[in-house]
Amino acid sequence: MTLVTRHPRVAVAVFPGTWSERDFAHVARTVLGWEASLLWHTETDLGGPDAVVLPGGFAHGDHLRTGAVARFSPIMRAVEAFAAAGGPVIGSCNGFQILTEAGMLPGALMRNDHLEFRCDWQALRVERPSAAEAWLGDFADGDVIRLPISHGEGRYVADSVTLDELERNGRVVLRYADADGQVTADANPNGSERGIAGIVNAGGNVLGLMPHPERAAEPEVGGVDGLRLFRSLERWLQARPAAAERRL
Amino acid sequence: MHWLAEVHVALRSGIADPEGQTIGSALRSLGYATVTEVRSGKLMRIAFEAVDHAAAEDAVTEMCLRLLANPVLETASWDLRADEQQDAEEALP
Repeated sequence: MTLVTRHPRVAVAVFPGTWSERDFAHVARTVLGWEASLLWHTETDLGGPDAVVLPGGFAHGDHLRTGAVARFSPIMRAVEAFAAAGGPVIGSCNGFQILTEAGMLPGALMRNDHLEFRCDWQALRVERPSAAEAWLGDFADGDVIRLPISHGEGRYVADSVTLDELERNGRVVLRYADADGQVTADANPNGSERGIAGIVNAGGNVLGLMPHPERAAEPEVGGVDGLRLFRSLERWLQARPAAAERRL
Repeated sequence: MHWLAEVHVALRSGIADPEGQTIGSALRSLGYATVTEVRSGKLMRIAFEAVDHAAAEDAVTEMCLRLLANPVLETASWDLRADEQQDAEEALP
């Protein structure tokens, strides 16, 4: 077995109206020394990355519904194939909305219940992180972390059958909470069902979350909890040299 | 043949509609005290061509399923009619 020592490579999808791609690339390149490529949404080849990022913003102006048009961008065929092969994919904010519209994650994100855009630091409770090991492997069940949120349409909605199934299979991995980790109505910034802030697919490799881990990766910006998602990915990749080599 | 479809997209019953609720409370504050509910939605007018009515219906159905409505949240209904004016204009020499 050859030890893979190279740095992770992430591909960051860029749609017309995306706004968080440079923050993700900054964290990957400058903070962590990884490689990051920004790929325009018309690309059909991801270039063999270790992980794919669908960043936040307003892809295609969020017209019709958030993510509704972006899911038909050519790059999404490649992202779907990458995810189907077990590749780690993270969709943050608008990226989460795109993942639900594409059917890669269940449910939908709707207008916040108070109709306001909410930009703030938010406490989150991590639950059963082993279900999303590639992205949350560094966390323990019940950890309380702080990440920025920045959205007007983050109210997670799904029918009760879907919600029960997600809960039963441990696929709800992040919930809005107070500083003590209690999931309460007051701590819920948008009216999401059951306080859901992040879910993972059945395969455990596709994570969707409304908060922005890339905006909490340096002490200068007020927190570093977001960096732990990147560290989780790095360790997950290191533990799978065969998978990493296959993509070399 | 040219067709005009008016597609109405509405939130499924049971899905909270804060926009509709806000409009409702605004109407009540304007004095329309009898307003009990407002549900918001979208209206899209689509002009397109199809060989006959059945093909036009199929096309609108597919548009709704693939893009115009998210079945998790929404339902779609539509009125479809032949755009006779457009057909007549095109028939001119």
